[in-house]
Amino acid sequence: MNVTRGFTGRPRVADPGLPPGQYDARDEWPVLSAEVTPDLRPADWSFRIGGLVERPRTWDWEAARALPASAYEGDIHCVTGWSKFGVRFGGVSLDAFLDVVRPRASATHAVAYSHTGYTTNLPLADLTGGRAWIVWEYDGEPLAPEHGGPARLLVPHLYFWKSAKWIAGLTLLDHDEPGFWEGNGYHERGNPWEEQRYSGD
Amino acid sequence: MTETATTETATTTFTPPTRFAVPGRIAVGEQVAARWQTATLTGIRRETPHAATFRFAVPRWAGHLPGQHVMLRLTAPDGYAAQRHYSIASAPDDSGHLELTLDHVPGGEVSDWFHTVARPGDTVEMRGPLSGFFAWPGDRPALLLGAGSGVVPLMSMVRHHRARGLTVPLRMVVSARSPEELIYARELGAETTAVFTRSAPTGAPVGRMAAAHVAPLLAEQPEGGWEAYVCGSNGFAEHASRLLVAAGQPVDRIRIERFG
Repeated sequence: MNVTRGFTGRPRVADPGLPPGQYDARDEWPVLSAEVTPDLRPADWSFRIGGLVERPRTWDWEAARALPASAYEGDIHCVTGWSKFGVRFGGVSLDAFLDVVRPRASATHAVAYSHTGYTTNLPLADLTGGRAWIVWEYDGEPLAPEHGGPARLLVPHLYFWKSAKWIAGLTLLDHDEPGFWEGNGYHERGNPWEEQRYSGD
Repeated sequence: MTETATTETATTTFTPPTRFAVPGRIAVGEQVAARWQTATLTGIRRETPHAATFRFAVPRWAGHLPGQHVMLRLTAPDGYAAQRHYSIASAPDDSGHLELTLDHVPGGEVSDWFHTVARPGDTVEMRGPLSGFFAWPGDRPALLLGAGSGVVPLMSMVRHHRARGLTVPLRMVVSARSPEELIYARELGAETTAVFTRSAPTGAPVGRMAAAHVAPLLAEQPEGGWEAYVCGSNGFAEHASRLLVAAGQPVDRIRIERFG
Protein backbone atom coordinates (compact mmCIF):
# COMPACT_ATOMS: atom_id res chain seq x y z
CA MET A 1 0.00 0.00 0.00
CA ASN A 2 1.43 3.35 -1.05
CA VAL A 3 0.24 5.75 1.62
CA THR A 4 0.16 9.37 0.48
CA ARG A 5 1.81 11.58 3.09
CA GLY A 6 -0.72 13.74 4.89
CA PHE A 7 -3.73 12.46 2.95
CA THR A 8 -6.75 11.68 5.10
CA GLY A 9 -9.62 11.87 2.60
CA ARG A 10 -13.22 12.60 3.26
CA PRO A 11 -14.95 11.19 6.36
CA ARG A 12 -15.49 7.46 6.03
CA VAL A 13 -19.05 6.35 5.49
CA ALA A 14 -19.58 2.62 5.76
CA ASP A 15 -21.74 2.09 2.73
CA PRO A 16 -22.18 -1.42 1.40
CA GLY A 17 -23.83 0.05 -1.70
CA LEU A 18 -20.67 1.80 -2.83
CA PRO A 19 -18.46 -0.21 -5.21
CA PRO A 20 -14.66 0.03 -4.75
CA GLY A 21 -13.10 3.35 -5.73
CA GLN A 22 -16.47 5.13 -6.01
CA TYR A 23 -17.87 8.11 -4.11
CA ASP A 24 -21.44 9.24 -3.49
CA ALA A 25 -22.37 12.05 -5.92
CA ARG A 26 -25.49 12.81 -3.80
CA ASP A 27 -27.56 15.40 -5.69
CA GLU A 28 -25.13 15.74 -8.58
CA TRP A 29 -25.69 13.91 -11.83
CA PRO A 30 -22.65 14.69 -13.99
CA VAL A 31 -23.03 14.62 -17.78
CA LEU A 32 -20.06 13.07 -19.56
CA SER A 33 -21.13 12.37 -23.13
CA ALA A 34 -18.31 12.85 -25.61
CA GLU A 35 -20.52 14.04 -28.45
CA VAL A 36 -22.90 16.90 -29.12
CA THR A 37 -26.27 16.41 -27.41
CA PRO A 38 -28.63 15.66 -30.31
CA ASP A 39 -31.83 17.56 -30.97
CA LEU A 40 -34.01 14.45 -30.99
CA ARG A 41 -37.77 14.68 -30.59
CA PRO A 42 -39.85 11.68 -29.47
CA ALA A 43 -41.48 11.67 -32.92
CA ASP A 44 -38.02 11.18 -34.48
CA TRP A 45 -36.94 8.50 -32.03
CA SER A 46 -37.00 4.83 -32.90
CA PHE A 47 -35.60 1.66 -31.40
CA ARG A 48 -34.64 -1.39 -33.41
CA ILE A 49 -33.46 -4.87 -32.48
CA GLY A 50 -31.80 -6.80 -35.27
CA GLY A 51 -28.97 -9.20 -35.91
CA LEU A 52 -29.32 -12.75 -34.61
CA VAL A 53 -33.04 -12.66 -33.86
CA GLU A 54 -36.03 -14.48 -35.36
CA ARG A 55 -38.07 -11.35 -36.06
CA PRO A 56 -36.12 -8.07 -36.38
CA ARG A 57 -38.29 -5.14 -35.44
CA THR A 58 -38.33 -1.37 -35.11
CA TRP A 59 -40.49 0.41 -32.54
CA ASP A 60 -41.44 4.04 -32.77
CA TRP A 61 -42.16 6.17 -29.70
CA GLU A 62 -45.82 5.19 -29.39
CA ALA A 63 -45.23 1.49 -30.00
CA ALA A 64 -42.44 1.31 -27.44
CA ARG A 65 -44.49 3.09 -24.82
CA ALA A 66 -47.39 0.72 -25.41
CA LEU A 67 -45.33 -2.12 -23.92
CA PRO A 68 -45.84 -2.96 -20.22
CA ALA A 69 -44.31 -0.29 -18.00
CA SER A 70 -41.41 -1.22 -15.78
CA ALA A 71 -39.37 0.88 -13.35
CA TYR A 72 -35.89 0.73 -11.86
CA GLU A 73 -35.23 2.08 -8.41
CA GLY A 74 -31.67 1.72 -7.22
CA ASP A 75 -28.13 2.90 -7.77
CA ILE A 76 -25.99 3.84 -10.77
CA HIS A 77 -22.19 3.93 -11.03
CA CYS A 78 -20.01 5.95 -13.42
CA VAL A 79 -16.50 4.88 -14.36
CA THR A 80 -15.20 8.37 -13.57
CA GLY A 81 -15.84 7.62 -9.90
CA TRP A 82 -19.27 8.85 -8.90
CA SER A 83 -22.19 6.70 -7.84
CA LYS A 84 -25.72 7.91 -7.38
CA PHE A 85 -28.06 6.20 -4.92
CA GLY A 86 -31.79 5.67 -5.06
CA VAL A 87 -32.49 6.91 -8.57
CA ARG A 88 -35.84 6.19 -10.21
CA PHE A 89 -36.15 5.48 -13.92
CA GLY A 90 -39.36 4.59 -15.76
CA GLY A 91 -39.65 2.77 -19.07
CA VAL A 92 -39.95 -0.79 -20.32
CA SER A 93 -37.90 -3.86 -19.45
CA LEU A 94 -35.65 -4.90 -22.30
CA ASP A 95 -37.04 -8.41 -21.84
CA ALA A 96 -40.35 -7.16 -23.24
CA PHE A 97 -38.60 -6.08 -26.46
CA LEU A 98 -36.50 -9.23 -26.70
CA ASP A 99 -39.59 -11.42 -26.21
CA VAL A 100 -40.94 -9.94 -29.44
CA VAL A 101 -37.83 -10.38 -31.59
CA ARG A 102 -36.81 -13.77 -30.10
CA PRO A 103 -33.00 -13.95 -29.96
CA ARG A 104 -31.50 -16.93 -31.77
CA ALA A 105 -29.64 -19.53 -29.72
CA SER A 106 -26.40 -18.41 -31.36
CA ALA A 107 -26.71 -14.84 -30.02
CA THR A 108 -24.22 -14.23 -27.21
CA HIS A 109 -23.49 -10.49 -27.32
CA ALA A 110 -25.03 -7.23 -28.41
CA VAL A 111 -23.86 -3.87 -29.67
CA ALA A 112 -26.10 -1.07 -28.41
CA TYR A 113 -26.04 2.01 -30.66
CA SER A 114 -27.32 5.53 -30.29
CA HIS A 115 -28.96 7.99 -32.63
CA THR A 116 -25.61 9.85 -32.46
CA GLY A 117 -23.68 6.80 -33.60
CA TYR A 118 -22.26 6.05 -30.14
CA THR A 119 -21.84 2.32 -29.54
CA THR A 120 -21.23 0.04 -26.58
CA ASN A 121 -20.98 -3.74 -26.35
CA LEU A 122 -22.61 -6.03 -23.81
CA PRO A 123 -22.97 -9.75 -23.21
CA LEU A 124 -26.60 -10.69 -23.95
CA ALA A 125 -26.80 -12.13 -20.43
CA ASP A 126 -26.38 -8.59 -19.04
CA LEU A 127 -29.40 -7.40 -21.01
CA THR A 128 -31.88 -10.11 -19.99
CA GLY A 129 -33.53 -11.36 -16.81
CA GLY A 130 -34.92 -8.02 -15.65
CA ARG A 131 -31.55 -6.27 -15.47
CA ALA A 132 -31.87 -3.85 -18.41
CA TRP A 133 -34.44 -1.30 -19.53
CA ILE A 134 -35.27 1.25 -22.17
CA VAL A 135 -36.17 4.32 -20.08
CA TRP A 136 -37.76 7.70 -20.82
CA GLU A 137 -38.51 8.97 -17.34
CA TYR A 138 -36.27 10.07 -14.51
CA ASP A 139 -37.78 10.79 -11.13
CA GLY A 140 -41.21 10.89 -12.73
CA GLU A 141 -40.24 13.46 -15.37
CA PRO A 142 -39.28 13.08 -19.04
CA LEU A 143 -35.61 12.16 -19.36
CA ALA A 144 -33.59 15.31 -20.17
CA PRO A 145 -31.76 15.42 -23.53
CA GLU A 146 -28.32 15.70 -21.91
CA HIS A 147 -29.07 12.55 -19.93
CA GLY A 148 -30.11 10.63 -23.04
CA GLY A 149 -33.69 11.73 -23.60
CA PRO A 150 -36.04 11.02 -25.16
CA ALA A 151 -34.92 7.46 -24.32
CA ARG A 152 -31.77 5.67 -23.21
CA LEU A 153 -30.65 2.17 -22.42
CA LEU A 154 -30.32 1.44 -18.69
CA VAL A 155 -28.05 -1.35 -17.46
CA PRO A 156 -27.48 -0.22 -13.88
CA HIS A 157 -25.40 -3.17 -12.69
CA LEU A 158 -22.59 -2.12 -15.07
CA TYR A 159 -20.68 1.18 -15.30
CA PHE A 160 -22.95 3.78 -16.80
CA TRP A 161 -21.16 4.19 -20.16
CA LYS A 162 -22.88 0.90 -21.02
CA SER A 163 -26.29 2.60 -20.61
CA ALA A 164 -26.23 4.21 -24.06
CA LYS A 165 -27.96 7.58 -24.31
CA TRP A 166 -30.35 8.35 -27.19
CA ILE A 167 -30.67 4.61 -27.76
CA ALA A 168 -31.42 3.67 -31.36
CA GLY A 169 -31.04 -0.07 -31.32
CA LEU A 170 -29.36 -3.32 -30.47
CA THR A 171 -27.67 -5.68 -32.86
CA LEU A 172 -27.31 -9.22 -31.52
CA LEU A 173 -24.11 -10.99 -32.44
CA ASP A 174 -22.45 -14.37 -31.92
CA HIS A 175 -19.26 -12.66 -30.75
CA ASP A 176 -18.12 -9.66 -28.73
CA GLU A 177 -17.24 -6.48 -30.58
CA PRO A 178 -15.84 -3.39 -28.82
CA GLY A 179 -17.94 -0.24 -28.79
CA PHE A 180 -16.88 3.41 -28.65
CA TRP A 181 -15.23 3.60 -25.21
CA GLU A 182 -14.20 -0.05 -25.28
CA GLY A 183 -12.17 0.82 -28.40
CA ASN A 184 -10.66 3.74 -26.47
CA GLY A 185 -9.20 1.64 -23.69
CA TYR A 186 -12.18 0.93 -21.46
CA HIS A 187 -13.04 -2.50 -20.10
CA GLU A 188 -15.15 -4.81 -22.27
CA ARG A 189 -17.67 -5.59 -19.49
CA GLY A 190 -17.42 -2.81 -16.89
CA ASN A 191 -18.59 -4.45 -13.67
CA PRO A 192 -18.23 -1.77 -10.95
CA TRP A 193 -18.03 -4.35 -8.16
CA GLU A 194 -14.89 -5.78 -9.74
CA GLU A 195 -13.70 -2.28 -10.66
CA GLN A 196 -13.41 -3.14 -14.35
CA ARG A 197 -12.68 0.38 -15.54
CA TYR A 198 -10.00 -0.07 -18.14
CA SER A 199 -8.94 -2.88 -20.41
CA GLY A 200 -6.79 -5.20 -18.36
CA ASP A 201 -8.48 -4.42 -15.01
CA MET B 1 -44.65 -3.23 -37.89
CA THR B 2 -42.90 -6.58 -37.85
CA GLU B 3 -40.42 -6.78 -40.64
CA THR B 4 -39.66 -9.72 -42.84
CA ALA B 5 -38.41 -12.67 -40.87
CA THR B 6 -35.00 -12.81 -42.42
CA THR B 7 -32.04 -13.05 -40.12
CA GLU B 8 -29.59 -10.26 -40.66
CA THR B 9 -25.95 -11.01 -41.22
CA ALA B 10 -24.18 -10.58 -37.92
CA THR B 11 -20.84 -12.16 -38.50
CA THR B 12 -19.33 -9.23 -40.35
CA THR B 13 -18.01 -6.14 -38.60
CA PHE B 14 -20.93 -4.21 -37.19
CA THR B 15 -21.63 -0.71 -38.46
CA PRO B 16 -24.34 1.39 -36.83
CA PRO B 17 -27.08 2.34 -39.27
CA THR B 18 -26.78 5.89 -38.00
CA ARG B 19 -24.12 8.54 -38.42
CA PHE B 20 -20.87 7.54 -36.77
CA ALA B 21 -19.89 9.23 -33.60
CA VAL B 22 -16.41 10.69 -33.92
CA PRO B 23 -13.97 7.82 -33.66
CA GLY B 24 -10.98 7.77 -31.36
CA ARG B 25 -7.88 9.42 -32.72
CA ILE B 26 -5.39 6.85 -31.52
CA ALA B 27 -5.18 3.31 -30.32
CA VAL B 28 -4.50 3.24 -26.60
CA GLY B 29 -1.67 1.13 -25.30
CA GLU B 30 -3.89 -0.77 -22.94
CA GLN B 31 -1.43 -2.74 -20.85
CA VAL B 32 0.76 0.29 -20.29
CA ALA B 33 -2.16 2.52 -19.40
CA ALA B 34 -3.56 -0.04 -16.92
CA ARG B 35 -0.40 -0.14 -14.82
CA TRP B 36 -0.19 2.00 -11.69
CA GLN B 37 3.09 3.85 -11.40
CA THR B 38 4.61 5.99 -8.68
CA ALA B 39 4.71 9.66 -9.62
CA THR B 40 6.95 11.96 -7.58
CA LEU B 41 6.02 15.60 -7.22
CA THR B 42 8.97 17.75 -8.26
CA GLY B 43 7.50 21.22 -8.45
CA ILE B 44 4.43 23.37 -7.84
CA ARG B 45 3.70 26.51 -9.88
CA ARG B 46 0.84 28.84 -9.08
CA GLU B 47 -1.28 29.77 -12.12
CA THR B 48 -4.22 31.68 -10.63
CA PRO B 49 -5.63 32.21 -7.12
CA HIS B 50 -7.50 28.90 -7.52
CA ALA B 51 -5.30 26.83 -9.81
CA ALA B 52 -1.75 25.52 -9.66
CA THR B 53 0.39 23.31 -11.85
CA PHE B 54 1.95 20.20 -10.33
CA ARG B 55 4.99 18.70 -12.04
CA PHE B 56 5.69 15.00 -11.57
CA ALA B 57 8.60 12.74 -12.35
CA VAL B 58 7.27 9.51 -13.80
CA PRO B 59 10.40 7.64 -14.89
CA ARG B 60 8.61 4.87 -16.75
CA TRP B 61 6.08 7.13 -18.46
CA ALA B 62 5.31 5.67 -21.89
CA GLY B 63 4.44 9.04 -23.41
CA HIS B 64 1.09 10.59 -24.26
CA LEU B 65 -0.67 12.70 -26.83
CA PRO B 66 -2.04 16.19 -26.14
CA GLY B 67 -5.60 15.92 -24.79
CA GLN B 68 -5.19 12.65 -22.92
CA HIS B 69 -5.67 12.32 -19.18
CA VAL B 70 -4.39 10.29 -16.25
CA MET B 71 -5.98 8.73 -13.20
CA LEU B 72 -4.45 9.60 -9.83
CA ARG B 73 -4.81 7.60 -6.64
CA LEU B 74 -4.17 8.95 -3.16
CA THR B 75 -4.17 6.51 -0.24
CA ALA B 76 -4.77 7.26 3.45
CA PRO B 77 -3.07 5.33 6.28
CA ASP B 78 -6.22 3.25 6.87
CA GLY B 79 -6.22 2.08 3.26
CA TYR B 80 -8.94 4.48 2.06
CA ALA B 81 -8.11 5.52 -1.49
CA ALA B 82 -9.45 8.34 -3.66
CA GLN B 83 -9.11 8.27 -7.45
CA ARG B 84 -9.59 11.16 -9.84
CA HIS B 85 -9.07 11.83 -13.52
CA TYR B 86 -6.99 14.84 -14.54
CA SER B 87 -6.05 16.13 -17.97
CA ILE B 88 -2.37 16.35 -18.81
CA ALA B 89 -1.25 19.97 -19.24
CA SER B 90 2.23 19.42 -20.60
CA ALA B 91 3.12 18.61 -24.17
CA PRO B 92 4.60 15.19 -24.79
CA ASP B 93 8.38 15.19 -24.45
CA ASP B 94 11.11 12.84 -23.35
CA SER B 95 11.84 14.52 -20.01
CA GLY B 96 10.31 11.75 -17.90
CA HIS B 97 8.05 14.42 -16.40
CA LEU B 98 4.50 15.55 -16.92
CA GLU B 99 2.37 18.35 -15.54
CA LEU B 100 -1.21 18.55 -14.29
CA THR B 101 -3.04 21.79 -13.52
CA LEU B 102 -5.61 21.42 -10.77
CA ASP B 103 -8.36 23.74 -9.62
CA HIS B 104 -8.77 23.94 -5.87
CA VAL B 105 -12.29 22.53 -5.57
CA PRO B 106 -13.97 23.49 -2.27
CA GLY B 107 -14.33 20.32 -0.22
CA GLY B 108 -12.57 18.26 -2.89
CA GLU B 109 -10.55 15.69 -0.97
CA VAL B 110 -7.94 15.23 -3.69
CA SER B 111 -7.55 18.81 -4.93
CA ASP B 112 -7.55 20.02 -1.33
CA TRP B 113 -4.58 17.76 -0.57
CA PHE B 114 -2.72 19.08 -3.59
CA HIS B 115 -3.38 22.70 -2.74
CA THR B 116 -2.78 22.57 1.03
CA VAL B 117 -0.55 19.60 1.85
CA ALA B 118 1.49 18.55 -1.18
CA ARG B 119 5.14 19.49 -1.48
CA PRO B 120 8.00 18.36 -3.72
CA GLY B 121 9.12 14.86 -2.88
CA ASP B 122 5.60 13.58 -2.18
CA THR B 123 4.47 10.56 -4.18
CA VAL B 124 1.08 9.57 -5.57
CA GLU B 125 0.04 6.73 -7.83
CA MET B 126 -0.74 7.40 -11.48
CA ARG B 127 -2.03 5.36 -14.41
CA GLY B 128 -2.35 6.37 -18.02
CA PRO B 129 -2.37 7.91 -20.49
CA LEU B 130 -6.09 7.26 -20.83
CA SER B 131 -8.55 7.62 -23.70
CA GLY B 132 -7.64 8.16 -27.32
CA PHE B 133 -10.82 10.10 -27.98
CA PHE B 134 -9.88 13.61 -26.95
CA ALA B 135 -6.31 13.22 -28.19
CA TRP B 136 -4.86 15.50 -30.85
CA PRO B 137 -1.82 14.06 -32.60
CA GLY B 138 -1.09 17.38 -34.31
CA ASP B 139 -2.21 16.22 -37.71
CA ARG B 140 -5.45 18.10 -38.39
CA PRO B 141 -6.37 21.79 -38.04
CA ALA B 142 -7.53 22.20 -34.44
CA LEU B 143 -10.20 24.54 -33.12
CA LEU B 144 -10.13 24.55 -29.31
CA LEU B 145 -12.88 25.91 -27.06
CA GLY B 146 -12.38 25.80 -23.30
CA ALA B 147 -13.64 27.35 -20.09
CA GLY B 148 -12.04 27.50 -16.66
CA SER B 149 -9.72 24.56 -16.12
CA GLY B 150 -11.11 23.15 -19.37
CA VAL B 151 -8.18 24.96 -20.94
CA VAL B 152 -5.76 22.39 -19.46
CA PRO B 153 -5.91 19.62 -22.11
CA LEU B 154 -6.18 22.29 -24.81
CA MET B 155 -2.98 23.93 -23.54
CA SER B 156 -1.19 20.62 -24.00
CA MET B 157 -2.21 20.89 -27.67
CA VAL B 158 -1.05 24.51 -27.96
CA ARG B 159 2.27 23.65 -26.32
CA HIS B 160 2.71 20.66 -28.60
CA HIS B 161 1.96 22.83 -31.62
CA ARG B 162 4.67 25.29 -30.55
CA ALA B 163 7.24 22.74 -29.39
CA ARG B 164 7.09 20.87 -32.67
CA GLY B 165 6.83 23.99 -34.80
CA LEU B 166 3.69 22.60 -36.43
CA THR B 167 2.24 24.56 -39.32
CA VAL B 168 -1.22 23.01 -39.24
CA PRO B 169 -3.69 25.74 -38.18
CA LEU B 170 -4.62 25.91 -34.50
CA ARG B 171 -6.94 28.41 -32.83
CA MET B 172 -8.17 28.58 -29.25
CA VAL B 173 -11.00 30.47 -27.56
CA VAL B 174 -10.92 30.33 -23.76
CA SER B 175 -13.43 31.63 -21.27
CA ALA B 176 -12.50 32.73 -17.75
CA ARG B 177 -14.32 34.67 -15.07
CA SER B 178 -11.67 37.40 -15.01
CA PRO B 179 -8.12 38.07 -16.19
CA GLU B 180 -6.87 36.91 -12.78
CA GLU B 181 -8.65 33.57 -13.22
CA LEU B 182 -7.31 32.96 -16.73
CA ILE B 183 -5.02 29.94 -16.46
CA TYR B 184 -1.77 30.18 -18.47
CA ALA B 185 -2.51 33.86 -19.22
CA ARG B 186 1.17 34.71 -19.73
CA GLU B 187 1.63 31.85 -22.15
CA LEU B 188 -1.29 32.54 -24.44
CA GLY B 189 -0.37 33.96 -27.81
CA ALA B 190 -1.85 35.10 -31.07
CA GLU B 191 -3.60 31.76 -31.51
CA THR B 192 -5.85 32.50 -28.53
CA THR B 193 -8.87 34.69 -27.92
CA ALA B 194 -9.79 35.15 -24.26
CA VAL B 195 -13.41 35.77 -23.23
CA PHE B 196 -14.19 37.13 -19.76
CA THR B 197 -17.55 36.44 -18.15
CA ARG B 198 -17.42 38.54 -14.94
CA SER B 199 -14.75 41.18 -15.26
CA ALA B 200 -12.45 42.10 -18.12
CA PRO B 201 -9.45 44.34 -18.72
CA THR B 202 -10.31 47.97 -19.38
CA GLY B 203 -11.93 48.37 -22.73
CA ALA B 204 -12.62 44.66 -23.21
CA PRO B 205 -16.19 43.36 -23.18
CA VAL B 206 -17.65 41.19 -20.41
CA GLY B 207 -19.85 38.34 -21.53
CA ARG B 208 -20.28 34.74 -22.47
CA MET B 209 -18.57 33.04 -25.40
CA ALA B 210 -20.77 33.83 -28.38
CA ALA B 211 -21.31 33.23 -32.07
CA ALA B 212 -19.17 36.30 -32.75
CA HIS B 213 -16.15 34.43 -31.35
CA VAL B 214 -16.78 31.17 -33.17
CA ALA B 215 -18.30 32.08 -36.52
CA PRO B 216 -15.25 33.98 -37.90
CA LEU B 217 -13.04 30.96 -37.18
CA LEU B 218 -15.41 28.66 -39.04
CA ALA B 219 -15.55 31.15 -41.89
CA GLU B 220 -11.82 30.68 -42.45
CA GLN B 221 -12.10 26.95 -43.10
CA PRO B 222 -8.62 25.43 -43.33
CA GLU B 223 -7.98 22.65 -45.79
CA GLY B 224 -9.70 19.50 -44.53
CA GLY B 225 -11.80 21.49 -42.06
CA TRP B 226 -11.42 21.97 -38.32
CA GLU B 227 -11.31 19.22 -35.75
CA ALA B 228 -13.07 20.87 -32.79
CA TYR B 229 -12.22 20.11 -29.15
CA VAL B 230 -14.48 21.41 -26.38
CA CYS B 231 -13.59 21.14 -22.69
CA GLY B 232 -15.26 22.52 -19.59
CA SER B 233 -18.30 22.13 -17.38
CA ASN B 234 -21.35 20.46 -18.86
CA GLY B 235 -23.07 23.84 -19.10
CA PHE B 236 -20.16 25.28 -21.07
CA ALA B 237 -19.84 22.17 -23.24
CA GLU B 238 -23.52 22.31 -24.19
CA HIS B 239 -23.27 26.02 -24.97
CA ALA B 240 -20.02 25.85 -26.92
CA SER B 241 -21.01 22.78 -28.91
CA ARG B 242 -24.25 24.51 -29.92
CA LEU B 243 -22.26 27.53 -31.08
CA LEU B 244 -20.09 25.28 -33.20
CA VAL B 245 -23.03 23.45 -34.75
CA ALA B 246 -24.85 26.71 -35.42
CA ALA B 247 -21.74 28.05 -37.17
CA GLY B 248 -21.62 25.02 -39.43
CA GLN B 249 -19.13 22.69 -37.73
CA PRO B 250 -20.14 19.06 -38.48
CA VAL B 251 -21.22 17.24 -35.29
CA ASP B 252 -18.97 14.32 -36.13
CA ARG B 253 -15.94 16.64 -35.99
CA ILE B 254 -16.66 17.86 -32.44
CA ARG B 255 -15.02 16.12 -29.47
CA ILE B 256 -16.26 17.02 -26.02
CA GLU B 257 -14.71 16.46 -22.62
CA ARG B 258 -16.96 17.44 -19.73
CA PHE B 259 -15.94 17.75 -16.09
CA GLY B 260 -17.37 15.20 -13.72
